[in-house]
Amino acid sequence: MKQHYSIFTLARNAASYHEKWTEAWRSPDPKPEYDAVIVGGGGHGLATAYYLAKEHGLTNIAVLEKGWLGGGNTGRNTTIVRSNYLWDESAHLYEHALKLWEGLSQDLNYNVMFSQRGLLSTAHTIHDMQTLRRRVYAIQLNGIDSEILTREQVAAYCPILDCSPTARYPVFGASLQRRGGVARHDAVAWGYARGADARGVDIIQNCEVTGFDIEGGKVVGLQTTRGAIRAKKVGVVVAGHCGVLAGMAGFRLPIESHPLQAMVSEPIKPVLDCVVMSGQVHVYVSQSDKGELVFGAGIDSFNSYSQIGSPPVVENMLNALIELFPMFSRLRFLRQWGGIVDTCPDASPIIGKTPVENLFFNCGWGTGGFKATPGSGHVFAHTIATGEPHKLAVPFALERFTTGYLIDEHGAAGVAH
Amino acid sequence: MLLIPCPYCGKRDEHEFTYAREGHIARPTNGAELSDADWAQYLFMRKNPKGVHYERWMHAKGCRRYFNVARDTVTHEIYAVYEMGQPKPEIDRGNGR
Repeated sequence: MKQHYSIFTLARNAASYHEKWTEAWRSPDPKPEYDAVIVGGGGHGLATAYYLAKEHGLTNIAVLEKGWLGGGNTGRNTTIVRSNYLWDESAHLYEHALKLWEGLSQDLNYNVMFSQRGLLSTAHTIHDMQTLRRRVYAIQLNGIDSEILTREQVAAYCPILDCSPTARYPVFGASLQRRGGVARHDAVAWGYARGADARGVDIIQNCEVTGFDIEGGKVVGLQTTRGAIRAKKVGVVVAGHCGVLAGMAGFRLPIESHPLQAMVSEPIKPVLDCVVMSGQVHVYVSQSDKGELVFGAGIDSFNSYSQIGSPPVVENMLNALIELFPMFSRLRFLRQWGGIVDTCPDASPIIGKTPVENLFFNCGWGTGGFKATPGSGHVFAHTIATGEPHKLAVPFALERFTTGYLIDEHGAAGVAH
Repeated sequence: MLLIPCPYCGKRDEHEFTYAREGHIARPTNGAELSDADWAQYLFMRKNPKGVHYERWMHAKGCRRYFNVARDTVTHEIYAVYEMGQPKPEIDRGNGR
């Protein structure tokens, strides 16, 4: 039985100089066979395993991770959580995730430091403001909180944002989702890992999948760097590497992998108590609890698996940041990094069945997967357990590229892609 | 930062170029006979290899001409640069999936 985390556990362990904490999850060797194997030990994969065990009673499961838990995009994103999407399909999916976020720390008995500090999306032209209004009204019609702020209201809500009429990028107004915010990204992976492990899920790190065993159009197992594993069902949640795994299974995806860069400044005292995003000049920024400003922008244009981006992208992002927040101009960088994101032509994810029976893919989250972590895992677990897509995931099937029913969230999501 | 050898202008910084994605995707000439699934393959499905990628770049801030590049998506090494319409060169390294 796992140790329950509480103020009393903390006090008890403090008394023993924190030397008696038990491990948060086991590190078992892979068994020869599982009912289901999840490939990818990031937030989405671990959430999938957690909900498979918790809601569908499937506990003979393994999560295979080629590196370490949450070492991919889960540990590389800018931690923003929101559900202000234009189209109904996306709005429902991301709102499903946001509702799960709101109870996640309690559910997992693990503090994911979810902070609903408000998320501001600024508009910088009259047309930007018109599309922003349309988006806010659409979001409100879906029953999701969203409101429009005038320039004066924006200046009052976020005083350090340059709202002067002479600004290089004048602020015409903004949309505000008060329930939006940030969460501690690593804690999400660790919390789901601990929760899944407690329900019997084997989490196997340093185990890279090298091939699928497919018999008669049906997946029956995997080849890995730690030996062959037989599996009745396989769910693949590997973000940037989904194309590589699809190649192993013999099909292609409408996905290209690009670096997405993010960076943090040196830590400073609290100056920014909300998230600010600008799709028009393209930067998003929040301040971490440690005091670092965390910011990011768009993808590097070219395909890459290198986790290294190019300086011109950083330069554009910093130009935008400094014009919006002149006071940040004297800050120094602490570090910068890249993650490989799986971008889809319509900037929406692909969740569901593949041409191979019992092989399911959850990919294409591109630049914005972190916010969806609980919802993504929840609907994908349903899809794997029942063999049929969750009703929220139905529109996100791979078939939409054949039927033409695309969910075009380029720009519609409030951030340029 | 990539240093891209434009076949017409020589080596230039990446920011002078626009990426034009996967190359050698020929538009089907028998469009009326294709199924929706065939069109999806042409329009949307991509190789997205981890290794050698045959792709197109356009020298937007220079000669404004398109050309092909064979580049490694892991190391970013450029193996070959060749004109539009030329066949893919064989690259020994990488898997080219």
